Amino acid sequence: MMLNLSPNIADPDDFYAELINNQRDLDEEQALRMNARLILLLANHIGDREVLKEAIGCARTAGG
Amino acid sequence: MTSYIYPKFGYRRSREQAEGIVKRHPIVVVGAGPIGLTAALDCAARGQPVVVLDDNDTVSIGSRAVCYAKRPLEIWDRLGCAAPMVERGVSWNVGKVFFQDELSYQFDLLPEADHQWPAMINLQQYHLEEMLVAKCRANPLIELRWKHRLLSLKQAADHATLAVETPDGIFTMEAQWVIACDGANSDVRKMVGAEFTGQFFQDRFLIADVAMKADFPTERWFWFDPPFHPGQSVLLHRQAGNIWRIDFQLGWDANPEEEKRPERVIPRIRAMLGEDTEFALEWVSIYQFACRRIDNFRQGRVLFAGDAAHQVSPFGARGANTGVQDIDNLAWKLAMVLRGEASEALLDSYHEERAYAADDNILNSTRATDFITPKTKPSRYFRDAVLELARHHGFARPLVNSGRLSTPTPYVTSALNTPDHGAVPGGLRPGTNAADAPITMDGKPGWFLHCLGDGFTVVAFGKVSDKTEIAVGPFTAKLILVGRDIEDPTGVLAQRYGASPGTTYLFRPDQYVAARWSGFDEAKITDAALRASGHDTADRTELAA
Repeated sequence: MMLNLSPNIADPDDFYAELINNQRDLDEEQALRMNARLILLLANHIGDREVLKEAIGCARTAGG
Repeated sequence: MTSYIYPKFGYRRSREQAEGIVKRHPIVVVGAGPIGLTAALDCAARGQPVVVLDDNDTVSIGSRAVCYAKRPLEIWDRLGCAAPMVERGVSWNVGKVFFQDELSYQFDLLPEADHQWPAMINLQQYHLEEMLVAKCRANPLIELRWKHRLLSLKQAADHATLAVETPDGIFTMEAQWVIACDGANSDVRKMVGAEFTGQFFQDRFLIADVAMKADFPTERWFWFDPPFHPGQSVLLHRQAGNIWRIDFQLGWDANPEEEKRPERVIPRIRAMLGEDTEFALEWVSIYQFACRRIDNFRQGRVLFAGDAAHQVSPFGARGANTGVQDIDNLAWKLAMVLRGEASEALLDSYHEERAYAADDNILNSTRATDFITPKTKPSRYFRDAVLELARHHGFARPLVNSGRLSTPTPYVTSALNTPDHGAVPGGLRPGTNAADAPITMDGKPGWFLHCLGDGFTVVAFGKVSDKTEIAVGPFTAKLILVGRDIEDPTGVLAQRYGASPGTTYLFRPDQYVAARWSGFDEAKITDAALRASGHDTADRTELAA
């Protein structure tokens, strides 16, 4: 598997807080729009089609 | 009101109807739209007499297809009619994409240098048809029969029988082969009972031709969710003679009859163009589209082409452009079968290759449709996110899909190809249409595609042979040597074909690459030419192995 599913973020609590805090003042629609932009930005950064395919599949089935 | 005067072509009673004789024609084309007329010209160019039946006696109403891409222009050039189309049409390169009230980004198609024809022209369909009709009328092998409506079609083993109604009543004619170019609602398709399935889109579009002397530049403008038409998309295209084409997405709930009324259409256009712009409405139509295709392009003695065989969404100008390429693929095969140079099995490759291309076009136009009209809220968020990000970041711009430029689909899996074997040149794989390039012949500048013959053509780089043609069983292939018959002064030809001394290409009569080699070998050429014309080459291949 190309998709890295092992812990890879140096400071997980800090990252999670940053994500949540950035949506705290947004309504649901604004947050969903932000998520769409974030997915596109991250997907482009990854670039590798195989990794993206695995991630999409993994997200769809909640990894199960 | 309209600034274009629609010609009347005039009905004439045919001799066979007057005399009551049942005549068998080699080829009957049903439908005198762009595809049917192109079919007549291409079959005639290959020496076959053609009768074209059309239930009307004029050209298409309204601009309809509008955009014509480079490959169809190359095909029409082979048939001697591209130059007036390009002269009359409007060439454009710059496209602008707007999201809400801002420019999201703009692109430039920047046509590749060293090609004879532009990437795309815009031209009203009625102008194009008028040019094709004039060309057909000048050809003694073509008979255009207006006000001839096909009532029924019955198939026998070696012909079809057609009952045709004219102002003089009903008469019977026979055809060895029928080319059905009678559009998306093809009656012929119903008569043969063919399946025509696919996906309908729950959306409606209003299309309008508008005459105006505006200072809009000659560019393609596409709006997503503009202030003057919230929540929907709009497309503006320039056409010949100060006529502009506007497509408004209406959504599924719109009432087509209501929306077509000028008192509904004019305020929409005024909101878009601004209060000060003077314009006149020329033509309005409403359409709902589908992406679907016929189960088999060949139904016995009937061959389907254009919208009769496949329907795509309008984004990316794939309708007429694909149909013209259907004919490019079909005409040479039909002519070889009629001349006895190939068996009927060759016609099955027409389905194989063009159904493959139709599926590719349907895939591309469905993708554009899904971007332009998101079906769910989450997909709309992604679409809007792409447009927002495209304003500031280059990475998002390739994701914007307001219709992709129509380019030919290579027949990579075709049984007519001879697969590459051993050391092969770079350049064009078997199944790809020939790339044009500037060349010189007898010291005069010209274009490579003009050198390719009516039949199979072998092009080799270097003086590899003394011959000018190669015998291939029932036919011959023309041999062109770069360095003897033509010169490549700029090196563009060699570069496009990945050629070095000895490189050899075999082109089919429709200018597609059938095979290629790093050296010149007549036995291999003969074998590949037989395979490309549908002959069984299994025994020969075994012997060679």
